Amino acid sequence: MSGNDAALLEIEDLVTEFGGAKAFLGKPQRIVRAVDGVSLQLKPGQALGLVGESGCGKTTIAKTALGLVREKSGTMRLDGRVVSGLAPKEARRARATVQYVHQDPGAALDPWWSIGHALDETLRIHGISDKGERTTRIDEMLRAVGLDATFRTRYPHELSGGQQRRVGLARILVLRPRIVILDEPTSGLDLSVQATVLGVIDELRQRFGLTYLFVSHDLSVVERMCEEVAIMYLGRIVEIGPTKEIFARPQHPYTRALLAAAPRLEPGSLNDTPALPGDPPSPTNLVSGCTFRPRCAFAAPKCAEARPPLRSVGERHSAACVRLEETGADTPA
Amino acid sequence: MLILKKFLRDIPAVLGLLIISVVCLIAAFAPLIVADADAVYFGNIIDRLKPPSAEFWFGTDNLGRDVFARVVMGTRGALLVALTVVTLAIVIGVPAGLYAGYTNGWGSEIIMRVTDVFLAVPQLILALAIAQLMGRGLESAMAALALTYWPFFCRTVYGEVRRVRNALFVEALQGLGASTSRILFVHVLPNVASPIIVRATIGMGFTILTTAVLGFLGIGAAPPSPDWGLAIAESREYLPESWWAVTFPGLAILITVLGFNLFGDGLRDLVDPRLRRSR
Repeated sequence: MSGNDAALLEIEDLVTEFGGAKAFLGKPQRIVRAVDGVSLQLKPGQALGLVGESGCGKTTIAKTALGLVREKSGTMRLDGRVVSGLAPKEARRARATVQYVHQDPGAALDPWWSIGHALDETLRIHGISDKGERTTRIDEMLRAVGLDATFRTRYPHELSGGQQRRVGLARILVLRPRIVILDEPTSGLDLSVQATVLGVIDELRQRFGLTYLFVSHDLSVVERMCEEVAIMYLGRIVEIGPTKEIFARPQHPYTRALLAAAPRLEPGSLNDTPALPGDPPSPTNLVSGCTFRPRCAFAAPKCAEARPPLRSVGERHSAACVRLEETGADTPA
Repeated sequence: MLILKKFLRDIPAVLGLLIISVVCLIAAFAPLIVADADAVYFGNIIDRLKPPSAEFWFGTDNLGRDVFARVVMGTRGALLVALTVVTLAIVIGVPAGLYAGYTNGWGSEIIMRVTDVFLAVPQLILALAIAQLMGRGLESAMAALALTYWPFFCRTVYGEVRRVRNALFVEALQGLGASTSRILFVHVLPNVASPIIVRATIGMGFTILTTAVLGFLGIGAAPPSPDWGLAIAESREYLPESWWAVTFPGLAILITVLGFNLFGDGLRDLVDPRLRRSR
């Protein structure tokens, strides 16, 4: 999986765990491995989609990359510089060029503060003391996301869903980041607003040369926005590769089930959908071998033996399944 | 302005505000209302225990002092004590609650367990014990009340901060790299301010009542102070014949406490409609 051009962000074998802390006079909490050995590469200007069910660790990867959650092991390189293994505060500082847009940017704003005030504060936190410069940057960025300067005096609750997304983008773009992590940027928006917001996101990427990590469960959005996709299941990447490849020739049974479950506009298309049986198993109580085994239509005894590694199934396309040949996935010659 | 309209529709709360305003005005202009300042401390023993009349509106007490003058001058002391105690309690309780609510670990646990211990013992009894230990006087009564009242603020703030701490905007600020003190004081505090204000208002009335009890028990203000509680204690031997010397300071306490409570309840209804009392 090594590209020719240098990666801007390189994540190798990342593990993030929650729990384990000992409560006062209590038993230690159970350890949950939310991210379990994930490797990703983000090339400059690229958009990588991270897809999976809720609870699969997408957001945890994002927060770990940001430095909000501390990684258990693994390395992160930003522009060739190792930024992992640092104390939380230093980690956040070292990763200042990585910024995160929340799933619900309206709730990510303090309800007592106007938009202008909130954006101004963002810049002040990052040590820009010149008032004039802060104002110029804010106005410039509000225009860039398609809002005008009058929005400075508005309060978060006065904005529509689409406007809140734009403000969420402006809020981190004033910091001039290089990598933007977008967490479900279209959830909860109706389709027409979704389209405009995606348009703004795409335009900003061209204009500011941004690199995106696109966290979503909406396959159609990812197909439209990203050059590469990583499919996650319970903290692991089960399939990764160019978007076109994956949508045309999904290899892993989970990817295939996801794609089949996506609603289409053909009448009756829902009738023959092979639904995924059961709920995702609990990450506190994992099964042996392949974690997708209990829900997989192609599960066989050998799936229980070991955790399947990612193997190459095409150019820059890999999947983690031991029965690819037997499951009828059309592997290239 | 919607909030003002809503408030004005709440008649008991408006009445409470009215009472508080009148009490504050009386306190501010007490020297003008009581023409003869000496009448507060010195009375003519010949005039002792006179019933209410045109000369002595509220009658006179056992030392012949004008009860009206003493009740009016006592307003200042009562408000001052309540304000000091509540302010001190806020100064201790709010930062402690902010810290305990925002962090996890030993510091937070210790603060909250100490708070629990304080809250488990009735405030009045604890204040009595502490005031007794520190010796007689208004200062020690005030210190004892503040020392026993801060846990109420700590507990309120703690609960609110726990709620706000997990709000997305706090996480977003952490993500942007804001310092903990900035998040706590600039963002979390304003979001938890309304319950603090409500508790402080009700606490004013509560403290006036508790101070009066301490005064009555001889732990608070010392004679010849015109303290309301002390006045009741000094005159209670002359009940029921000389009812006025006890009744008027008692009414002053009742009305002031009622005012703060009504206003505090109204504020609480405005701030948190879910807690609205049923009527």
